[in-house]
Amino acid sequence: MSIEVNAGTFSYRKEKLLLQDISFSIGSGEILAILGPNGVGKTTLMKCLLGFLPWQSGMTSLDGTDIRAMKGRKLWQQVAYVPQARQNTFSYHVEDMVLLGRSPYLGDFSMPGKKDREIAEQAMELAGVTHLIGKSCSQLSGGELQLVLIARALAAEPSYLVLDEPESGLDFRNQLVVLDLVERLSREKNMTVILNTHYPDHALRVSDQVLLLFGQGIYQFGRTEGMLTAEHMRALFGVDIAVWREMSGEKEYTAVIPLEILPSKGEDRWINH
Amino acid sequence: MKQGRKFEIWMGASVLLILICALTALCMGQFHIELSRVMRELFIEHGNDNVHTTLYNIRIPRILMSLLAGAGLAASGAAFQSLFSNPLATPDTLGVANGASFGAALGLLLGGNAFAVQGTALFFGIMAVLLVFLVMKGMGPSNPSMLMVILAGMVISSLFSALVSLIKYVADPQDVLPVITFWLMGRFSGVTRKSLLVSLPLIGGGTAMIFLLRFRLNALSLSEEEALSMGVNLKRVRALVIGAAAMTTAAVVSVCGVIGWVGLLIPHIARMLFGNDNRYVVPASVTFGALFMLIVDTLARCVNAAEIPVSILTAVIGAPVFILLLRKSGGIRG
Repeated sequence: MSIEVNAGTFSYRKEKLLLQDISFSIGSGEILAILGPNGVGKTTLMKCLLGFLPWQSGMTSLDGTDIRAMKGRKLWQQVAYVPQARQNTFSYHVEDMVLLGRSPYLGDFSMPGKKDREIAEQAMELAGVTHLIGKSCSQLSGGELQLVLIARALAAEPSYLVLDEPESGLDFRNQLVVLDLVERLSREKNMTVILNTHYPDHALRVSDQVLLLFGQGIYQFGRTEGMLTAEHMRALFGVDIAVWREMSGEKEYTAVIPLEILPSKGEDRWINH
Repeated sequence: MKQGRKFEIWMGASVLLILICALTALCMGQFHIELSRVMRELFIEHGNDNVHTTLYNIRIPRILMSLLAGAGLAASGAAFQSLFSNPLATPDTLGVANGASFGAALGLLLGGNAFAVQGTALFFGIMAVLLVFLVMKGMGPSNPSMLMVILAGMVISSLFSALVSLIKYVADPQDVLPVITFWLMGRFSGVTRKSLLVSLPLIGGGTAMIFLLRFRLNALSLSEEEALSMGVNLKRVRALVIGAAAMTTAAVVSVCGVIGWVGLLIPHIARMLFGNDNRYVVPASVTFGALFMLIVDTLARCVNAAEIPVSILTAVIGAPVFILLLRKSGGIRG
């Protein structure tokens, strides 16, 4: 059980390199965090990874099968996508929204049945949103909506979970609620998780692997502890950074403190590796 | 499930109301027919007089047509609102109504009989939506955004609207122009058994297709990526929804002319009652639309000796009903 990108290349315009020859692979139960400054192509990478945008060359494969060769519904029974939480034009009740996650198992003309509703209920329990049943999604806070969207993804009973900045815009507590849930899904349910994040702290907290996008098609991929160093973070964000470690009980916590903006060295901002 | 129970009660009540109103409408009209006579005609024996002719050649086709038209327009409106994630979308959004209007006006100008006019209207209504697809194709091979589809629809719509004006401009103001003008305001007086039989499969088929796709419509109303991630074959499902709604609308307009408001008002009434889940909105739109159209048409032919154009009545009745409902429900539920 692994998801793999092989020499993926994509850019919107020929003259501006965005993603070039990106390759990575993560095994089951692992968490991958994708990090990088704004506009570097994190979301684009996610869209290409899932086939929303076509790789100009290279491919994404699931257990060795090119996802383009997989029937749409088959693919989405294994891979679930959680978009950034935002309100839709038409809002649905929480339970109906989660039930939509069963869609990959239903034909165009079929309705969800009793079994689908039961699975949706389990998904809501897993994501901790059963208390929101009966509410309309438009009445939810950002944190609640994010959890509902995760529940919707879980209703597809996926092996892979792909989340686009799941903790952005949330308060401290809700950030941790989401991160803990993601961690639990990976450790207990053996789900493979890929997420975009703006926060190195969060990557350090939950991820096994990181993919760093430096821009101009340059990237680094590797195990979090070796890869997400202060040096790399400086190069990544153009900000001087201090790393603070704090022991609390048995557990060690790492905080990343942005100190000062580094003077821009233009094109050579990233480090030589 | 509370929501389901409420829905069932409303559905049952509106179906019952449709039956009652249809029976009442059979009795009412230029000359009154006793209910007992109507029942006897319907279920026991067929007379061989004016009453029989009136019932079977005029009132029954007309009542059935108004039910079909209301159901079809409301379902199409609900479908387009979800498809375009836009609460203001109507069955006319892609220019079908204007295309069909042009076809009808052309048919009337050329002096075609009722059947020919229905044919040209249907042809140009479908033509309009095919043109929209063609414009989209011309813009490139990539997956077009729904906003571009709406824009293409507006372009085609205004093109046909201009062509309608052109025909009105050249039409003889003594005889042809009033016919075209009246036709464009919508009416059920031209419904015959033949026109009903032609439009029945189109409206029935289109509405049934939308009904079958109702759970998919929920996924379609989300962002494109979310819909894709639910395993929805966007190209196919969008084409099915557009095709079904366009066929329904073109068939309605080709027989009854342009009937505004129903496609916008009725789905929103359903939304206010049951929320936005299309598993409720679509069937509720079908029954409420049918009931509303039947009542409006019955008024249109009974209030005055001369018929009132339906479009006028849908707005005059629809607007206050809508405002009343808005007040009662505290606005459209998000």
